[in-house]
Amino acid sequence: MKTISILLILLLVGCTTTSDGPEQPGAPVEGRVPTVTADTIEGVDLPYELRDPRNILSQRSVYFDYDSFEVKREYQPVVMAHAKFLVTNRQFKILVQGNTDERGSREYNLALGQKRADAIRKVLTMLGVHEDQIEAVSLGEEKPKNEGHDEMAWAENRRGDILYNGEF
Amino acid sequence: MIGLAVCCAALFVLPARAELVIDIEGAGAKRFPIAIADFAGDADASRLLVSVIRGDLERTGIFELIYASGVSMDESAMPRYADWKFRGVDALVAGSVNPAGDGRRETRFRLYDINKGAVLAGSAFITSSMPMLRLAGHRIADVIHEKLLGVPGTFSTRVAFVVKNGSKSYELHVADADGQNEQVALRSKEPIISPAWSPDGTRLAYVSFESRKPVVYVHSIASGKRSAVANFKGSNSAPAWSPDGTKLAVVLSKEGGSQIFTINADGSGARRISAANSINTEPFFSPDGQFLYFTSDRGGSPQIYRTSVNGGETRRVTFQGNYNVSPRVSPDGKTLAFITRGEGGFRLAVMNLEDGQVRILTDSGKDESPSFSPNGRMILIATEIRGRGVLSAVSVDGSVRQRLSISAADVREPAWGPFVR
Repeated sequence: MKTISILLILLLVGCTTTSDGPEQPGAPVEGRVPTVTADTIEGVDLPYELRDPRNILSQRSVYFDYDSFEVKREYQPVVMAHAKFLVTNRQFKILVQGNTDERGSREYNLALGQKRADAIRKVLTMLGVHEDQIEAVSLGEEKPKNEGHDEMAWAENRRGDILYNGEF
Repeated sequence: MIGLAVCCAALFVLPARAELVIDIEGAGAKRFPIAIADFAGDADASRLLVSVIRGDLERTGIFELIYASGVSMDESAMPRYADWKFRGVDALVAGSVNPAGDGRRETRFRLYDINKGAVLAGSAFITSSMPMLRLAGHRIADVIHEKLLGVPGTFSTRVAFVVKNGSKSYELHVADADGQNEQVALRSKEPIISPAWSPDGTRLAYVSFESRKPVVYVHSIASGKRSAVANFKGSNSAPAWSPDGTKLAVVLSKEGGSQIFTINADGSGARRISAANSINTEPFFSPDGQFLYFTSDRGGSPQIYRTSVNGGETRRVTFQGNYNVSPRVSPDGKTLAFITRGEGGFRLAVMNLEDGQVRILTDSGKDESPSFSPNGRMILIATEIRGRGVLSAVSVDGSVRQRLSISAADVREPAWGPFVR
């Protein structure tokens, strides 16, 4: 299994700076800004049981109530199935991404999304998954699944997603 | 007539690729009458330069630009003070732009006090390109602002902001404070948030999601070199520079929850600051570097708190309402800008830190990410108009508002850069 850090390549382009030596005090200095491109990572194939639509392991999302950070009863079977898979397959690692709706401060929402990711992580570790198999992170309001601006969209975005390595 | 003349001059110099448009929404009641004469010498260069100076001063809402007859005036000619006084002008600017060899230009200017009949300021600049000539214009406007109002202008400073164009295109832009000379520092398919200028104006810290999680980078804008300075297990976010530029306050979830740490600017030496087992985020240093203002939900709702960087007690700063976030302290340390949620939504507010008085400065509903101009006069925010992200600069007294927008794109996450000498 590859780790993501290897795949992170940064392209540095056009690193030229023009400097026009100031000949008199207060002479302005030109600020040329080269553009850098951040490379992102594309997905890799996973074992069939994680992708089979009939298998509960293909379910990766846990939805939360407004202002709530508890894994609801209806999503416990999903989290338990992933816990069981991860306990049996210790070589697998997951990324848990917490999400929020769009209302409010981006950074505060990032912290709220972290609370959701941490809630899922805690249930998984209670069920025997090792801490080093899980990374809990937040995407805050930045990656909405539903780009709408109503209660239906917000409910869809109050969510935690489980991604297996290869998928992130 | 006067307004039209200034407006036409401004249109003339707009480069074709510039997309950022600034509208002024309000203006101070009593404005300072000033005339900026056309500069002598190279007519094209003069038009550009003078329109930059006029545009800068006009956008403040503090100056009233008096039409200067369209006749060019050299800085060495003695102005007819009585004539200008008769026209109601309190200050006059004249100057010249001339070739200085190797394609360079020399710009000279003088600022006159019409009532005293005296020269208030003057200097010269050598430039070798159009962006540099614009910058010379901004520097002249800065000098005028400082001499006449006693507060340095911020026209030669820069702003950073994020442009989102669809769900797969995010760009970190750097532009002059008037929105011109816009350049792309970073392009990514994943979100970029929370840009913060280093105190020397050479680097931007920000959060990038390019590796499917939030990681804090420091990016040298002149070279394009960037490195991850906080890439711990979990989320890494909310960078804020210490005033001396040696440290960053960041929020890390590596110990569970969102906690404030300080790290050295190269990413080493992480030290935990916040202790409470609650959300602690959006740190911002006081100008003396001794305190951190931050947002926490420790009392049940998000409120702003202040703690000492070196340990010590934490005290709550905001009490009105149940959602106060995104604290930013003014450069003089006397005012706190933040976002408060009321009946109408999320709005920019300021608190006088001496007496705790709070004023709400906007009537919009989705204000975010305040950032003070380096002279403390204006606060730049992201807000939304007809569903589209725009930037707005609001004077601290609420009297003047400027809006900056890019057609067909979401503009957000502004950060006003420091003075660069």
